[in-house]
Amino acid sequence: MGENYIFAVARIRVLEKSLLTDADIIQMSGMKDEDSVISYLLDKGWGDENSGRDPIRILATESEKVNTLIRNLGVGQDVMDVLSYPMVFHNLKSAIKDIGTPGESEGLYYDVPKYTGKYFADILKDRKFSELPDSMKKPAEEALDQILEHHDGQKSDVIIDKACLDLMEKVSKKTKYPILKDYLERTVAVTDIKIAVRGARTGKTFDFIKKALAPCKTLDIDYLAKAASESDDALTTYLSEHGMNDAAEALKNSITSFEKWCDDSIIESIRYQKTNPFTIGPVIAYYLGRENEISTVRVLLTAKHNDFPEEAIKERARRMYG
Amino acid sequence: MSMGMVYALLGAVLSTALAGIGSAWGVGMAGQAAAGVTAEDPDQFAKVLILQLLPGTQGIYGLLVTFITLSRIGILGGKAITDTNTGLMYLLACLPIAIVGLISAYHQGKTAVASIGIVAKKPDQFGKAMLFPAMVETYAILALLISILVISNIH
Repeated sequence: MGENYIFAVARIRVLEKSLLTDADIIQMSGMKDEDSVISYLLDKGWGDENSGRDPIRILATESEKVNTLIRNLGVGQDVMDVLSYPMVFHNLKSAIKDIGTPGESEGLYYDVPKYTGKYFADILKDRKFSELPDSMKKPAEEALDQILEHHDGQKSDVIIDKACLDLMEKVSKKTKYPILKDYLERTVAVTDIKIAVRGARTGKTFDFIKKALAPCKTLDIDYLAKAASESDDALTTYLSEHGMNDAAEALKNSITSFEKWCDDSIIESIRYQKTNPFTIGPVIAYYLGRENEISTVRVLLTAKHNDFPEEAIKERARRMYG
Repeated sequence: MSMGMVYALLGAVLSTALAGIGSAWGVGMAGQAAAGVTAEDPDQFAKVLILQLLPGTQGIYGLLVTFITLSRIGILGGKAITDTNTGLMYLLACLPIAIVGLISAYHQGKTAVASIGIVAKKPDQFGKAMLFPAMVETYAILALLISILVISNIH
C-alpha cells in the first residue's frame, strides 16, 4: 500500500513549492547580468553561508542538498544507483580518455560514491576489467582498445554510451518502480533519437548509427538508423510518422530547440507524479526535477557570464518540474 | 451465560474493535503525512492535525454503539438477554458500524493523506482540502444511524 513513503512524499510536497518554475527561468533570463541571477537565486534559498556568491559553489551546494535529502528520505541504494548510471558511465568514459590520450586535458569527473575517476583509472591502467561491474567489463575493454589501438575516441565514446543505454533498458524492464520504468524508457528513447540526429548531421553510415543505438520499446532502431543514415529530412519524417511531431518540429527549428525538446520530454514523463501521494514516485521525480533545475541554472549562469542574448538563453532553458 | 448474551457481546466487541482498527489505520497513515509536512513547514501543524484526526471518528462511533448495546443487554444496564434470537439481532445491529467503520476509516485516511498534500502545497486551500475526506464520513454516519436505530428497536 506504499505507506512507507507517505512521510517522504508529504515532505516533498512542501519542498516542491520552492522549486523554480518556468516563470522564474524566464525572469532570470531577462536579468541584466550574472550577479543579478545569483542574487535572485540566493533570495530563493539557493546556496548556503559557505558558498557565498560563487556560482560553482552554489550549484555544488544545491546538488549536495538534494542528495542528502533523498538519502534522508530513505530512498534505497538500488534506486540511487540507477539514477547515477549516466554519471558513472561518464566517469568511465573520461578515465578511458585520460588513459588513452595521456597529456591531453584531464577529464572532468562526477563525484559519485565508489565509481570515481580514480576507481576506473586504477582498474584500466592494469587492465583488470574483471573487477568492473558486469555491464562495463566488455565495453570498457573494447573502448580502451579502440582508443589505444585505433586512436578513435568517437567510437570509444559510442561503445560506453551504448553500454549505459543497454543497462538502462535492461533495468527499465526489471524495476518494480513505475517511475523508474517510465524515466529509463524515455531516456533511452530520447538518447537514441539524439544519437540518430548527430549521426544524420555528421553523415554517419547505417552500421555506425545502428551500433550506437540501444533497443527500446518506443522506437524501431532499424528504421531509425536507416532514416538517419539517409538524410535529415528522412529522420524528421520518421519522427513525425511515429508520433513525435514535437521532436520533428524542434529539429526543423534548430539543434538547440531539439536538445531542449529532449530534456523537456524526459521531465514530462515524470510530471504525473505530482498527483501521486502513496509511492516513491514523487520523491524520485523531485530528485530528477531538481537535477534538471540545477543543470538549467548552470546553463543560464554560463550564458549570463558570457553575455549571451536573452533570446538565446530562453531557447536553451529547459521546462521546469516545479 | 446464554448464547444470546454471547452473540450480543460479540456484536458490541466487534463494533469497537473493527471501527477502532480502521481509525487507527487511517489516523496512522494521515499522521505520517502530517509529520512530513510539519517537518518542513511547522506553521501548518494545526491544519494537518485536523485532517489527521478525521479518520478517528469511526472509532468513536464504534465505541458509542458498544456503550448503547452494553446498556441494553444487562452489562451496564437493561435486562440480561436470555434468548438466542435477541442476541443475534444485537450482533447484526452492530455490524453496520463495525464493517463500514473499518473500511471507511481506512479510505478516509488515504483521502486525508492526499488532502494533506494539498495543504502542503497550498495552505490557503485548507477548506476545500478538508471536504474530500469529510465526504467519506457520510457513510460512517449512515452506518452509525442504522446501528443505533436497530439497537433501539430491539425489544
